[in-house]
Amino acid sequence: MDLYEHEARGLFEERGIPVPRAEVTDSPQAARAIARRLGGSVVVKAQVKTGGRGKVGGVRLAADPAEAERAARRILGMDIKGHTVGEVMLAQPVDIETEFYVAYVLDRAAGRFLAIASAEGGMDIEEVAAARPEAVARIHIDPAEGVTSAKAGEIAEAAGLPPQTVDVLVRLWEVLVRQDAVLVEVNPLVRTRQGHILALDGKVTLDDNARFRQARWSTESIVYDDPLEAAAAAKGLNYVKLDGEVGVIGNGAGLVMSTLDVVAGCGARPANFLDIGGGASAQVMADGLGVILSDPAVKSVFVNVFGGITACDAVAAGIVRALDEVRLTKPLVVRLDGNNAARGRAVLDGHAHPLVQQATTMDGAARRAAELATAS
Amino acid sequence: MAIFLTKESRVLVQGMTGGEGMKHTRRMLAAGTNVVGGVNPRKAGQTVDFDDRLVPVFGSVADAMRATGADVTVVFVPPAFAKAAVVEAADAGIGLVVVITEGIPVHDSVAFTSYAKKKGTRIVGPNCPGLITPGQSNAGIIPADITRSGRVGLVSKSGTLTYQLMYELRDIGFSTCVGIGGDPVVGTTHIDCLAAFQDDPDTELIVLIGEIGGDAEERAATYIHEHVTKPVVGYIAGFTAPEGRTMGHAGAIVSGSAGTAQAKKAALEAVGVKVGNTPTETARLVLALLDTDREDTARETPRA
Repeated sequence: MDLYEHEARGLFEERGIPVPRAEVTDSPQAARAIARRLGGSVVVKAQVKTGGRGKVGGVRLAADPAEAERAARRILGMDIKGHTVGEVMLAQPVDIETEFYVAYVLDRAAGRFLAIASAEGGMDIEEVAAARPEAVARIHIDPAEGVTSAKAGEIAEAAGLPPQTVDVLVRLWEVLVRQDAVLVEVNPLVRTRQGHILALDGKVTLDDNARFRQARWSTESIVYDDPLEAAAAAKGLNYVKLDGEVGVIGNGAGLVMSTLDVVAGCGARPANFLDIGGGASAQVMADGLGVILSDPAVKSVFVNVFGGITACDAVAAGIVRALDEVRLTKPLVVRLDGNNAARGRAVLDGHAHPLVQQATTMDGAARRAAELATAS
Repeated sequence: MAIFLTKESRVLVQGMTGGEGMKHTRRMLAAGTNVVGGVNPRKAGQTVDFDDRLVPVFGSVADAMRATGADVTVVFVPPAFAKAAVVEAADAGIGLVVVITEGIPVHDSVAFTSYAKKKGTRIVGPNCPGLITPGQSNAGIIPADITRSGRVGLVSKSGTLTYQLMYELRDIGFSTCVGIGGDPVVGTTHIDCLAAFQDDPDTELIVLIGEIGGDAEERAATYIHEHVTKPVVGYIAGFTAPEGRTMGHAGAIVSGSAGTAQAKKAALEAVGVKVGNTPTETARLVLALLDTDREDTARETPRA
């Protein structure tokens, strides 16, 4: 889960990383009052979980409280790359002398966290890394040792950062570890003309797998853009809405991804990704089918199950249950293989629903589902 | 022979007395796995009866190893306790830890994979179906009755695609199938398995299954180019996955231009790996290559 800038800023502040004074609001009137509290002149920043907001007018400098209110009014409700701005952060402006870049990211290849730091901050680090790779220091962190002052000193020296940043590097590592984050980034980290170090903007991505031990975030609900995704999440289903017409449901992320590809290879477009997971019960299957059938874009459905832990007779029972619960108006192509496949196929044969047909191979089933979707 | 797991392997199950642990220990035993003990500090000294096969429960991995000579352990404990379970097993000096548990925080995975490496312990997983050497031993949750012993080695990020390919090639059979898991950080990689299959005299051909996210397949391609002389057939899932959306596995996400199925396929093909567009086509490529090999052998026989 990505955090908003103001949430990242809050975490930095808690760990003693210096940040500019700032407040958040969803109202232009309150923005005026906040600007007054912060001394009049402020930077008004859209709070969205995507980059590049400055280039589209999501960040404005306001000279006084009245201008802050006008800026907030203009930014609130803006659409930035598909994200609607619900809140703005107003921050005290900073007299910047130099901008730096620092981050800890997960390096999958090494199976470790990697410190990335550069004396050239404020812009796209990928561009800096591509143009002048020597300007970006990359140092792996041993998980058993973490970032000590000595390690932070090594990072700062390698990147050409001033010694005052060593303390920030140590504290930023503490944010990463304490919050179970997979990314913490400060860009820019600045030195002001007065010689102070400040984290001007930050990004934090949390590990969803760690929610069980992160009390603060465990109750935070994930916001779904799509109502069907919200409905699927409420039932504990792993569902992603796509923009095609063949509904796809199967067991196991790899097999479902593969099913999407095979459907696309047959000239149709998958309408969604829905993984019922391992060892799914009849009810899970019925719930999944219910979500897919309620999508008006779906013209046909392909159920692709290779029973390993999952038993095909349970899947078939779930399909039958779904047929009892929802009136089926779209054709369903079912391919069952593996664990209890014969029993599962017999259950469907016994039910003999005119809109349900079985296929013996994954490729054949995909072809049939694609034909049915494009024919209707 | 086989890689990592043979009929001589003496297997422990950490979390054997839990629901999943019981279910899968029974399946492992039915597949011929030599399960020599379970580990649960609160149930040490007890014995669990699996259809007349009595399996003792030990208080620690170290105790279990002393009593049984175990060299493999399969971890079924919940995410919150998985790191401690792996560290305990590595401290006891066991050779192989198979972590089935799904949903382990990545900070824990980073910590225990690094720790195990220092201790000389191999980790398979986490969030994986484990590994199977058909006809010999099964450590994890892969269904054992899909296929039989044979000469193809298989390494895969995905559990269900492992099963699908095992099924498609059931008549050929497998030396060992390894599900390495779909998390961003895993203990054993495609490359580790490629190296082991290359050295395994019983493996004639290697099937490599990847999916979107990260660059493990690209790195595997480089490794194949430099070190693998056996034929490799690949399959990559996720061509239709949109950018920025996680497709099931925690690691399966396309970010920017990196991690796409297209890039992975291209990298593998560039080093001579045949890559199928569907699991069925992938299986056909394997069959064609094995047939070619057979003809080569036949042609060479008179000269020998």
